[in-house]
Amino acid sequence: MSEDIGLPISHRQRLWLYALGGLVLLFLIAPSIIIVIMSFSDSTLLQFPPQQWSLRWYQTYFQSLEWRDATIVSVKVAIMTTSVATPLGTAAAYAINRGTLRFNGTINALLTASLIVPVILIGIGTFFLYARIGLNNTLTGLVIAHTVQALPLVVLTVLSGLRSYDMNQERVARSLGAGRVAAFWQVTMPQIRFSIVSGALFAFITSFDEVVVSLFISGGDTTTLTRRMFNALRDQIDPTIAAISTCLIVLSVVLLSVGQMFGRRN
Amino acid sequence: MSAQSAFHASAGDLNAQSLRADARRESLRLLALLSPSLFLVFAIIVMPIGWLFWLSLFDEAGVLSSANYARFFEQASYIKTFVTTFKVAFIVTGACVLLGYPLAYMLSQLPRRAASICLIFVILPFWTSVLVRTYAWLVILQRKGLINSWLIDLGVISQPLSLANNLSGVVIGMTHILLPFLVLPLYASMKTIDGDCLRAGMNLGAGPVATFRQIFFPLSLPGLASGVVIVFVLCLGFFVTPALMGGGKVIMWAMRMEQTTSLYSNWGAGAALGVVLLVVTLALLGLFQWLLGARATGVWSSR
Repeated sequence: MSEDIGLPISHRQRLWLYALGGLVLLFLIAPSIIIVIMSFSDSTLLQFPPQQWSLRWYQTYFQSLEWRDATIVSVKVAIMTTSVATPLGTAAAYAINRGTLRFNGTINALLTASLIVPVILIGIGTFFLYARIGLNNTLTGLVIAHTVQALPLVVLTVLSGLRSYDMNQERVARSLGAGRVAAFWQVTMPQIRFSIVSGALFAFITSFDEVVVSLFISGGDTTTLTRRMFNALRDQIDPTIAAISTCLIVLSVVLLSVGQMFGRRN
Repeated sequence: MSAQSAFHASAGDLNAQSLRADARRESLRLLALLSPSLFLVFAIIVMPIGWLFWLSLFDEAGVLSSANYARFFEQASYIKTFVTTFKVAFIVTGACVLLGYPLAYMLSQLPRRAASICLIFVILPFWTSVLVRTYAWLVILQRKGLINSWLIDLGVISQPLSLANNLSGVVIGMTHILLPFLVLPLYASMKTIDGDCLRAGMNLGAGPVATFRQIFFPLSLPGLASGVVIVFVLCLGFFVTPALMGGGKVIMWAMRMEQTTSLYSNWGAGAALGVVLLVVTLALLGLFQWLLGARATGVWSSR
C-alpha cells in the first residue's frame, strides 16, 4: 500500500479539510481532557482552568466507603466476567470458524445478538427473569449478564484471529499423534493468543463500564461503580465524580495501550 | 465381475457411512463447544424477551388483548415520546454525518502514520465509559458550566444559555458518544477506495471538486449508509444520556420503558414498548442489509 494517496492536490489546498477534521477531533477528545484537569481542582465550583490544585477529590473517592465498595464490586465482576467470557467466547469462535455446522449463520447471529438488541430491553428482561430465580442484587447474576454482553466482542476478536490462521497446522499436529486438546493448546493457541488477549481486554472493559443492565439488576451490597455514579449524577454534580471519571479514563487508556502493544507484536 | 463391483459398492457404502458418522461426531463436538455460550444467550436474551412479548399480549386484568399496543396510538404521552425519540435520532444522525464525514475523509487521505495517531482520538472516547462522557458534557454545558461562565466572562451574554437539561444537551451528548460509530466504518470503507480511480479521473481532466463529487463520494456511500444505520438504531434505544441530560423534559423511548416498568410496574406496557423497539430496530437493520448486502455489524470487529 502506498504511503500517500498521491493525488495532485497539495496539502495547502487541503488546509480547510485539516482544520475541519482537527476541530471534530477536538470535539471528541476535549471533554475527557477537561474532566481530567478539573479532577485536580481545589474548588467545589466548576472552574476551568482551576485556580488552585489539590488531590482532595481523589481523597474523597478513596476514603468514601460507599465508593470504595462499589469499585470493588465492579472490579470483582469485571474479573469474573473476563474469566468466564474469554474461554466460552474462544470455544464458540473456534466452532464457528470451522464453518461445518448447518446453522452457522444463525449461531453467529445469536451470539452477537446482544450488540443489536437494545440494551434497555436486555436490562428489563434480565431483571424480570432474575426476580423469579432470585439472582437480582447478586454477583453471580451480574457476572452472567455481563458475560452475555461481553461474549460477542470475544467471539468477533478471536474469530478475526482464527481467520488469519491456517487450520491445517492443527490437522498436521493431530496426524502426527497429538490429541485434540494438545493440538489446540500447543499449536493453535500460541498463534491466536494475541486475539484472545484483546478479546479478554474488551470483555473486561465492557463489564466494568456497563451501565444500563447493572442499573436494573445490581443494588444493595452489589451496587456497581457505574450504578452509583448514575445515581449520583441524577442528584447533583459532585466533583468526586471527576476524580472517579479520571480513573476510568486512565483505565481505558491503559487497557487500550496493552491491546495495541499485543496487536503490534502480533 | 458383478460380484467385484458389488464388493466395491458395499465397501464404498461402508466408507461413506463411517465418514458420515465421523462428520456427525465432529458436529456434536463443535456443538458442545458452542453450547455454553448459546445457553447463556438463550437464557439472558431470547427467553426473557419472549416472556416479555407474552406478557405484552395481556391487559392489566390478565385478559388477552391488544390494549398494550393500542395505547401507543391513543395516549398523547406515548405519541410524544415516539416523536421526541425520532426527532432526536434524526438530528443526532444528521450531526454525526456532518461532523463524521469530513473527519473520516481527512483520516483516509492522511499518510498512514498520521492517520493512526488521529485514530487514537476517535477510539479512545469510544472506549471511555458513556457515563464519564455524559458527566463531562454536563460539566461543560450546565447553567454554571464552562461554556456559560466563559461566555459571561467574555461579555458575550449576560444571562446563561440553557444548554443542558433540555433537547440541545441530549443532542450534543449523544452526538459525541455516537460519532465514532459512524466514523470507524466510514473510514474503513473509504480506505478501500482505489486511489487509481481518483488518479484516473484527475488524469482525464477532472478538478478536485469533480473528482470528489463524481468518484469518491459515490464510492463512499455504502460505508456512510452502514454508519448512518448503526447510529440511528443506537439512538432509538439510547438511555443513559437522555436520562441524565434531558432534565426530565426529553423523554425518549428507552426512558419511557424504564419508567413504565420501574416506576409504575406496568410490565405489559413496558414490554410492549420493548417489543416494538426491537421490531423497529431489526426491521431497519434488515432493510439495510437487504438494500446493500453489507454487514451492518462489521463495525464491532474494529472496536
